[in-house]
Amino acid sequence: MLLKADAVTFGYTKDKTILKNIDFQIESGEIVGITAPSGFGKSTLGKLLAGYLQPNTGTVTLDGKPLKKGGYNPVQLIFQHPEKNVDPKWKMKKVLREAWNPPQEMIEEMGIRESWMNRWPSELSGGELQRFCVLRALSPETKFLIADEMTTMLDVITQAQIWQVVKKYARLHNMGIIVISHEKALVERLCTRVVYLDNN
Amino acid sequence: MNSKPIFQVENFGVSFSQYVKGIERRELHVITNLDINLYKGKILAVLGSSGSGKSLLAHAILGILPYNASIYGKMYFKGQEISQKDREALRGHAISLIPQSVNYLDPLIKVGKQVGFSLRQKSEAEKKQLVLQQFAKYGLAPEVYDYYPHQLSGGMARRVLLSTALLAESEIIIADEPTPGLDEQSLKEVLADFRKTTDEGCAVLMITHDINAARTIADQIAVFYAGSTLEIANVEEMTGDGSKLRHPYTKALLRAMPDTEFVPVEGTQPMPGEMTKGCLFSDRCAYKTEQCLAETPPLRDVRGGKVRCFHAS
Repeated sequence: MLLKADAVTFGYTKDKTILKNIDFQIESGEIVGITAPSGFGKSTLGKLLAGYLQPNTGTVTLDGKPLKKGGYNPVQLIFQHPEKNVDPKWKMKKVLREAWNPPQEMIEEMGIRESWMNRWPSELSGGELQRFCVLRALSPETKFLIADEMTTMLDVITQAQIWQVVKKYARLHNMGIIVISHEKALVERLCTRVVYLDNN
Repeated sequence: MNSKPIFQVENFGVSFSQYVKGIERRELHVITNLDINLYKGKILAVLGSSGSGKSLLAHAILGILPYNASIYGKMYFKGQEISQKDREALRGHAISLIPQSVNYLDPLIKVGKQVGFSLRQKSEAEKKQLVLQQFAKYGLAPEVYDYYPHQLSGGMARRVLLSTALLAESEIIIADEPTPGLDEQSLKEVLADFRKTTDEGCAVLMITHDINAARTIADQIAVFYAGSTLEIANVEEMTGDGSKLRHPYTKALLRAMPDTEFVPVEGTQPMPGEMTKGCLFSDRCAYKTEQCLAETPPLRDVRGGKVRCFHAS
C-alpha cells in the first residue's frame, strides 16, 4: 500500500499557509521520520495524512484512492498527550477495546498490568495511558501509523519499551509508520528514511 | 561538594489519605525516602518518569500540597529546619516556582504588572523601572511589559517567569519541566537562561524526565523512582556506557536512550500502594538478592555520589 501526499498546500487561515506544495509518500513496511523545529507544520502534515484535515490544494491518497470517510480509518494517528485522547468516563478496559480486541500477549508485551484495567484514565500516569493508546491503534486494520511525538512525554525506558512492541508488530503486519518528532536521535534510530521540513 | 547546601531534604515522605469504601480510609504512600541537597550556583536536575514523585516534591517544598496529604521527614533552609508556616513565608520570595506554561499567569493582567507583584514595598514607577531592567537583561523588549500572557511565545513566557523569580530575589528556583517539546535551538536558549540565573547566585532545582536536557543543563542529577531517590550522580557520569554510574536503574535509563542501545528493561514502575518491602527496583533488577527483597537499602555515599543499592560499589 502507498500513502501519498501530492502537492499539498495548507493554512489554518487564508493569509497564512503553513505547508506549501508538499510531496510525501510512504509504503507499507517503511518507517519514515518527519522532523523540523516547532511551528513548521509537522503535526499539521500528520493530520492531513490521516484525513483529519483537508488540504487547501493538492491531494492525499491511499493506494490512489482518497481516504474513505466513516468506518475504521486505516491511517491511525497517535498524539503526544494520551490524557486528551481517552474518554475520561470510560474505564481502561473499555478504552483499550474501543476498536479491536488485542491479544493477551500484546497486552503483556506492552507492559499493561491487569490491575490497571479497572481504573479510570485519571488514575493512571501519562506513560501508562500512552501504552493503552498505542495498543488501541495497532489493530490489524491499521495500515499506517502516524506517531506524532508519541513518546516525548515518557521516560526513556518506557519509550524504548513501546517502540520495541510497535516495531515488532509493524514488521509482522507490514505496517508503515511515520515518526513525527524533533528528537533527532530517536528518529535516526527508528527510521529507514527521514524527511526534513524547511521553512516553506 | 565542599560548600554547605542551601536547601536540604532528608528522608522525606508524602502520603495521602484516601477514602476507599464508605468511611474506610487508607494511607497511600506516594513518596518514601526522598533525599536531595541544593547548592548555591548549582543546578540539580531531578530526573524521573511520570509518577515518580518529582512534581510532588516541588509542591511539598512550596507547601502547596492538598489538605489530605501528610508529610514526613525534614527540610532545612540554610541549615534551619523549616515548618509548613516557614514554607508559606518563603515561597514567592526566597523560593519560587517556574511553572510549565503561561497558563499559570493571570490572563487578564498585563505581564509587566504581574512580574512587579513580587516587589511589594515599592512605588508603581519604581516597580516598572526594575521590571524593565530585568526584562532587558533577558532580552525581552520593553513592549512586552504591556503584553497580555496570551501574546507571549513559549520562550518569552519562560523568561517572564524567570524574571519574576529573580526580581523577588529568590535564592532557590524550582523549574517544573521547562523543556519538553522544545527543539534544539530553543533548548539551547533555555540552557543559557538557566545558566545565567544560576551564575547570579541562585540554586536551581530542575524537574524533568528529559535526560538530554538534564545532561546539558545540570551540575548534578538526582534520579527518582517510585517516590524515592535511587541515585545522585555528577553530570559527567551520565555519558557513554554508564559504567561510572552506581544504580542499575540509572544504567538502564542510559541504555534505553535512542542514541545508545535503545533497549528497555522489563516491567513498570510500581504504583503507589503497590510498593512492597525492600528495594523498589528489585522486581526489574538483574542483581537482586534476598537482602534486596527484605529491606530498603539506605542512601550511601559511593564514589562522590549517592546511591540507594546494596550492591553498588
